[in-house]
Amino acid sequence: MINQMPSLSSMYRFQWEEAQSSYVLLYPEGMVKLSRTAGEILKRVTGKTTVKQLVSDLETEFPGSDLEPDVLNFLTEAKKNGWISF
Amino acid sequence: MAGSLSSISGKPLWLLAELTYKCPLQCPYCSNPLEISKYSNELTTDDWFRVLREARALGAMQLGLSGGEPLVRKDLEEIIAEAHRLGYYSNLITSGVGMDADRVAKFKTSGLDHIQISFQASDKELNDFLGGTSSFAHKLEMARAVKDQGYPMVLNIVLHQKNIEQLEDIIKMCVELKADFVELASTQYYGWSRLNIDYLLPTREQVTKAESIAKRYQTDLEGKMKILYVVPDYYEKRPKACMNGWGSIFLTIAPDGRALPCHAAATLPDIEFPNVRDNSIESIWDDSNAFNKFRGFAWMEEPCRSCPEKEKDFGGCRCQAYMMTGNAAAADPVCDKSPHHAELQAEVALIEKTSANKNEPLIFRTMKNSKKYQIDKKLNLSQN
Repeated sequence: MINQMPSLSSMYRFQWEEAQSSYVLLYPEGMVKLSRTAGEILKRVTGKTTVKQLVSDLETEFPGSDLEPDVLNFLTEAKKNGWISF
Repeated sequence: MAGSLSSISGKPLWLLAELTYKCPLQCPYCSNPLEISKYSNELTTDDWFRVLREARALGAMQLGLSGGEPLVRKDLEEIIAEAHRLGYYSNLITSGVGMDADRVAKFKTSGLDHIQISFQASDKELNDFLGGTSSFAHKLEMARAVKDQGYPMVLNIVLHQKNIEQLEDIIKMCVELKADFVELASTQYYGWSRLNIDYLLPTREQVTKAESIAKRYQTDLEGKMKILYVVPDYYEKRPKACMNGWGSIFLTIAPDGRALPCHAAATLPDIEFPNVRDNSIESIWDDSNAFNKFRGFAWMEEPCRSCPEKEKDFGGCRCQAYMMTGNAAAADPVCDKSPHHAELQAEVALIEKTSANKNEPLIFRTMKNSKKYQIDKKLNLSQN
């Protein structure tokens, strides 16, 4: 997974919602409010960034911990939900 | 609804814009009010722009463009473009009649996110009979055009006694059309469908069978096509969490500008629903008596008031409670804790027993029938 470039599924739209103070995923007649971590990860899911780059980018912005296991867990879950594809 | 709105923010998240009650179809289970013929005074394009802007400022994200048939509105493209500019996720809820491949493409350019097409049945004969118009072939064509444009597509089929036996064919049709989501929505009995309940209510046996078919396909098609099966609540023991609670996340604006906590709420007595022509969305949502009337839990009576499940189902549906008990604050009689539950069960049992022998015609949703209903209602009132 680490060298793959995930992208958001065409079914979903990802955006910042001021009223919710969070990132959300919007899809036909529904929405998911994302946690801060989930939002920061999905923001970097562009189809042009490898998971490896994504992790290192996050670790630069939020220094002090090894984020790789969390990111991999989240991406696996997101793929299962159909939010992203590799 | 294909998705869910889990977050409760205290502000509207879902705006349902009923742009018009005009419709080329005449489905006898239509969820529009019986009084559709009275709604001639439709909001203007600018009114809708203001509604969209104000609801979005409060936090609404999902926009349903519905009706009637929203395609009847000539300004639909403009409304879609404004919704897109404001950052809504826009859902066009349509019969497909009034659309062609060009218009589907234009909607895409205007920023429409998703199209939901309704089918009445899986074959031409029944579909066209129920819709009161020859539309089946066109619907198939439009479903293909929607997929060609790369939209996510939801197909919606309202289930009832007349089509529930063909559920398997309905699902197969959806697979063939490459639907992303399928909503199998059991008829809810208000307005038109209530008038026709004797002909529409499926038997318990039919419902049990349909449920097992839906479940089987849900498993078989996992990851390919999502199937949402809405059970008919008359056969349940607990009510639906109607609208996720009154004035909680849903805001409906009727074609004449009346703001409603749900699209059926206008049937409730003694509530003056505020109009967007005279009020801001914020004051309607926060301050109006109508939106506060059944908000939260303080309005509840027993058995809801002390019920440990009240935060799960909010006492069920207010319209159903009023329709069956004469009291809009009563527990939804679908709940077996309601003192009226036995009456509901008896009514359902009677319909189950007699419906096979009914030969009278269905009452279709037409302006003519709507006017006739008004007159009948007036006559009944004067007799009382």
